[in-house]
Amino acid sequence: MIHFLVHDASDDVGVAVVDIEPGTHCAGRILSTNQPREASANEAIPLGHKIALRDFAVGDTVTKYDCSIGKVVQPIKAGQHVHVHNLKTKRWA
Amino acid sequence: MGLRKISAYRRENGRVGVRNHVAILSVDDISNAACEAVSHNIQGTLALPHAYGRLQFGEDLELFFRTMIGTGANPNVAAVVVIGIEPGWTNRIVEGIAKTGKPVAGFSIEGKGDIRTIADASYKAKEFVQWASELSREECDFSELYISVKCGESDTTTGLASCPTVGDVIDKHCALKGTASFGETSELTGAEHIVAAKAASEAVRQQFMAAFDDYTQMILREKRNDLSESQPTKGNIAGGLTTIEEKALGNVEKLGKKTKFVGCLKPAEAPAGAGLWYMDTSSAAAEAVTLWAASGAVVHLFPTGQGNVIGNPIEPVIKLSGNPKTVTTMAEHIDLDVSAILQGEMTLDEAGEALLDMIARTANGRLTAAEALGHKEFVLTKLYRSA
Repeated sequence: MIHFLVHDASDDVGVAVVDIEPGTHCAGRILSTNQPREASANEAIPLGHKIALRDFAVGDTVTKYDCSIGKVVQPIKAGQHVHVHNLKTKRWA
Repeated sequence: MGLRKISAYRRENGRVGVRNHVAILSVDDISNAACEAVSHNIQGTLALPHAYGRLQFGEDLELFFRTMIGTGANPNVAAVVVIGIEPGWTNRIVEGIAKTGKPVAGFSIEGKGDIRTIADASYKAKEFVQWASELSREECDFSELYISVKCGESDTTTGLASCPTVGDVIDKHCALKGTASFGETSELTGAEHIVAAKAASEAVRQQFMAAFDDYTQMILREKRNDLSESQPTKGNIAGGLTTIEEKALGNVEKLGKKTKFVGCLKPAEAPAGAGLWYMDTSSAAAEAVTLWAASGAVVHLFPTGQGNVIGNPIEPVIKLSGNPKTVTTMAEHIDLDVSAILQGEMTLDEAGEALLDMIARTANGRLTAAEALGHKEFVLTKLYRSA
C-alpha cells in the first residue's frame, strides 16, 4: 500500500493518500521520477493532508509541484502534519 | 484516442449540441414568475429565472446581454421563448439569438399583464416544444464538442488525480482540433507563471497577464484580510489544501501537459476557433459554468475532491473525483471515479480514456448525476452595482 505521494523530486512535503496513524513507517512514491520515498509519521496525517519530509524553520518556503506553496509560520519537524497551523500563503497579504 | 463519433443535434448554424432544450428565458428578475408559469403550462420546456436584468449599465450591461444571448444561442438549446417587462431589451435578446437561425420569440409584459403574456407565450412554447421533439440526433465528430473545465471543492486529490485526468482529455481533444476553455482567474494565483508559459504567443501571454493582474488588483482593493477565510474554502482546507498557491498548482493540472492556449476570452465570449481558450471568470462554480454555457460550451468537466454538487440547466456537468472517501460518501454526485490513481492502480492515460468515454456517453444522451438530481444553477456574473 502507498501511504503518500510526492509530486516532484524537489518537493519537501508529501500528500497522504490514506489516513496515516502516528508512528507509522510510511511508503511513498515520487510521481516525477517514479522512485520510492520513505517517511515516518510522528502525528496523524488525514487522507489528503501533507506530511513534512524535512525539518523547517519559521520563514522557510514549502515546496510542492516544484513551486512555492507558502511560508512556514511555526517550526515543523520531519514527519509532522503541515497545514494552516504552521504554513501560510505569501499572496494577498 | 482514435476518431470518436457521437450522436448529437446539429443546429441551423452548423454547431453541435448534446441536449435539446426549449428555454423560457427571463430578461429580468420581475419576469421570472411569467417564465415559470409558461414552463409549468408546457411540459418539456425549461424556465431560466435569475436575479438581475434591471438598471444595469456599461460593461456590466454588455456582459448581461452577452450572457442572455449566448445562453439562448447555445447549441444545447433548440428554441427559445424570451419574456421581459418591456419590449426594448427583450427584442435585443431575441435578435441576438435569432442570428443562430434557431426559432425564437419574445413577449413583453407592460400594457398587457402577466396573465395574457403567459397565455401568448405558452402557445408559442407549445409550438416550439412539439417541433423540437421531432428533431433527430445525427452522427457528429467528437472533436466538434466545445468543452469547458473548472474544478470545485478541491482538495489535494484533485491535483493528484481528477485535474490531471481532465488535463489528459484536454491534450487529446485539442490535438484533434477540438475546442475547450478554462478560467477561474483568482484560483490561478501562485501558478500564474505556469499558465503564462502555456500561452501560444507573446500577445496571448500579455493579454492573460493583464486579465490576471486586473483580478488581483480587484482582490487587493476589496479584501479585508488575506482571504484565507474564502480562498482556500473551508472545504478545501478540510481536504488538506493549505494556501491559494497550493490550490492553484493543483487547478492548473487541468490544462494538460502539451496544450498551449490560443487566446483570451471576456466572460461569456464565444471562442473564435478551435483550441484551448482562457476565459476571465470568477472561481465560484455556478457563476463560472453559466458564463461558459453562454459562450457556447456544450459539456463541462468538473473535478471535485470534497464534493461540490453544482449543475447547470443547459450544459451537462460531468463530475469526477479522485478522493476515495468522496466517491463513497457522495456517490450519487460522481459520474467518474478516478481514485484508483492514488494507489497507482490506474494510469492518467487510462483515466483520460475513461473520461472521454463518459463525455461521449453524456453527449449521446446519458444524464449526468447533476442532471438526474435536478441541479439547474443559472447564476449571472455581476461586475458592479446597478444604477
